[in-house]
Amino acid sequence: MQAERGGMADVRAYRRGEQVAIFVPCFVDVFAPQAAIATVTLLERLGVHVSYPADQTCCGQPAHNAGFRPQARALADRFARTFAGFDWIVTMSGSCAAMARAGFAEAGASESAVAIGAKVFDLASFLIDAVGVTDVGARFPHAVTYHEGCHARRILESGDAPLRLLRAVRELTLVELPAAEECCGFGGGFSVEFDRISASMGEAKCANALATGAQYLVSGDSSCLLHLDGLVRQSGAALTTLHLAEVLAAT
Amino acid sequence: MQRSLEHKRAAQAQVPWAALRAQAHALKKDAIEHLGSLLAEFERNFIARGGTVIWARTADEAAERFIRICRDAGAESVVKGKSMLSEELELNERLRVAGIAAVETDLGEFIVQLAGQKPTHVIAPAAHLSRQDVGRIFERELKMPYCDDPQKLSLAARTLLRERYLKAGVGMTGVNFAIAESGTLVVVENEGNGGLSASVPPVHIAIMGIEKVIRRVADLDVFLPLLARAGTGQKITTYTHHFLGPEPGKRQYCIIVDAGRTNLLADPVLRESLYCIRCGACMNVCPVYRRVGGGAYGWVYPGPIGAVVTGAMLGTQEASDLPYASTLCGACKEECPVAIDLPRQLLYLRASAVESGAKGGALERSAIRRFAAAMSDAKAYQRAVSLLRTALAIGAALPIRFGALGRWMRARAIPKPARQSFREWWARRS
Repeated sequence: MQAERGGMADVRAYRRGEQVAIFVPCFVDVFAPQAAIATVTLLERLGVHVSYPADQTCCGQPAHNAGFRPQARALADRFARTFAGFDWIVTMSGSCAAMARAGFAEAGASESAVAIGAKVFDLASFLIDAVGVTDVGARFPHAVTYHEGCHARRILESGDAPLRLLRAVRELTLVELPAAEECCGFGGGFSVEFDRISASMGEAKCANALATGAQYLVSGDSSCLLHLDGLVRQSGAALTTLHLAEVLAAT
Repeated sequence: MQRSLEHKRAAQAQVPWAALRAQAHALKKDAIEHLGSLLAEFERNFIARGGTVIWARTADEAAERFIRICRDAGAESVVKGKSMLSEELELNERLRVAGIAAVETDLGEFIVQLAGQKPTHVIAPAAHLSRQDVGRIFERELKMPYCDDPQKLSLAARTLLRERYLKAGVGMTGVNFAIAESGTLVVVENEGNGGLSASVPPVHIAIMGIEKVIRRVADLDVFLPLLARAGTGQKITTYTHHFLGPEPGKRQYCIIVDAGRTNLLADPVLRESLYCIRCGACMNVCPVYRRVGGGAYGWVYPGPIGAVVTGAMLGTQEASDLPYASTLCGACKEECPVAIDLPRQLLYLRASAVESGAKGGALERSAIRRFAAAMSDAKAYQRAVSLLRTALAIGAALPIRFGALGRWMRARAIPKPARQSFREWWARRS
């Protein structure tokens, strides 16, 4: 069941030549650079010119979620300075996008930070809502099941944007993930502070993914994938985690 | 669980769900913003119907007044409909100390009371027990032969309870809605026990938190379909009682209790938690609640709403860990029939806990400070990344696990840093 899409999904169209930056969250930079590389490859293939402001670090979500608002505000303001002047900011983590779009205001960041934050999009929403493309010309001859992160689903209201993109991929078999709306259990600091509950939630997600018979568990959220990949590799399950961008960049 | 969720979604699809919950949110907001005048209006109208209103600032005060009414009525036993407020007041224990027998009549509460336990869910108190558990509890406590047939077990409870209603000097119920314009009380239930508790004994005491008052009878058109659907997936509860004042020759009391609610009212963000109609939907969808159960939250209200209200209602910092026991997935907010923004409140409570020093020991504070410093400029960031690579390499090689990485690795493989970061890839490319 898809949630109704509310105000967050009302997006103006991307116009060719506008300034697009990618925001590569800190953990993607180190642990999953392939998701960011695929994002760049894909966007450039679609004719979107991409910049990478080298001064970028973190959106501040870890501090915000831990309750350290002054630190979160400082990082939000820093984010705004780094990305000032860009029309669009695309990222590989729905959760980081949600921090920018909703969390900056909640943390009490400056007006300019909130305004810049409103320009941050997860890849699927940017492609579907702003660029207006569904078929990105990808080919991926495998069975895939899709996990949508909670913040993309419930804060960004991404709706069926990622599924529409996947359905248009050549030779890809999309298998529906049972209990798709359930959280995978990552939750940032939650994953170490309440590690047993977090692991139990993640194991349920992996079991559901395995039950579909798909070879790939794909998500538009690198945060969820960091946790799910750790669980999958530990258990030795016949499942590979991939970021949505990696599937869409495949030809 | 999945099936019951689908059942609930189907029930929600029969009504304009989104519109109803927006309306319910607005009605509750209006009621809470005008709490003082609405409570006064309710009091006037309830008295005009022949009832007696008692105000209690604390749980102690409420329990004392309750016991005094029982003593004045010469009651040796009290039959009780389901009420979470009664759990707050620890009424059963207090009645026992006062030499008055408390008899829970809601089947779930009856089971939990027999077992000497506490409810673990606001509308399904015995949610943690299987029918086999119940069979064993009945065998032990009621000296009946073991059976695990729900039909037979509920019949046994019913037979026993029938005679308790007749003997009781006082009947107690909770309150779902107290209506200001009419001075009437509305109680919804599915077993008929609430109606019997209120109407069979000569004295009816209804206990309610100050937040239960609503403006108009017509507001029920919004709340009743939402409450039943959000709670159990029913279109309407089996019984909806409107208590219109005492029957001739009988007495009716309403004890209106604060017990920490004004702490929530005084806070501009937490105030919204007073909109809660205690349907339990946030627990049903909460992946954390479903794994740890209601007992783990430590007090009367479990799940997301419990994590929000417990600390403020009890006026304690001891509950400051509760808001952290959440992934902030937002399922509770999506499910709440009165659209309470629970994740916002959890985040707010985390910030308050850090600010007041209740949460965030020296270690955590220095970790966050170091993290923030590392993210404050690109050079510091680069240094932190190489440090992290080293730490992970050492962590992967160590036979013993400790700290955050150790906890991560209890169930998960260690994160593997890529040979080349994106930053390095980009630099080489251009």
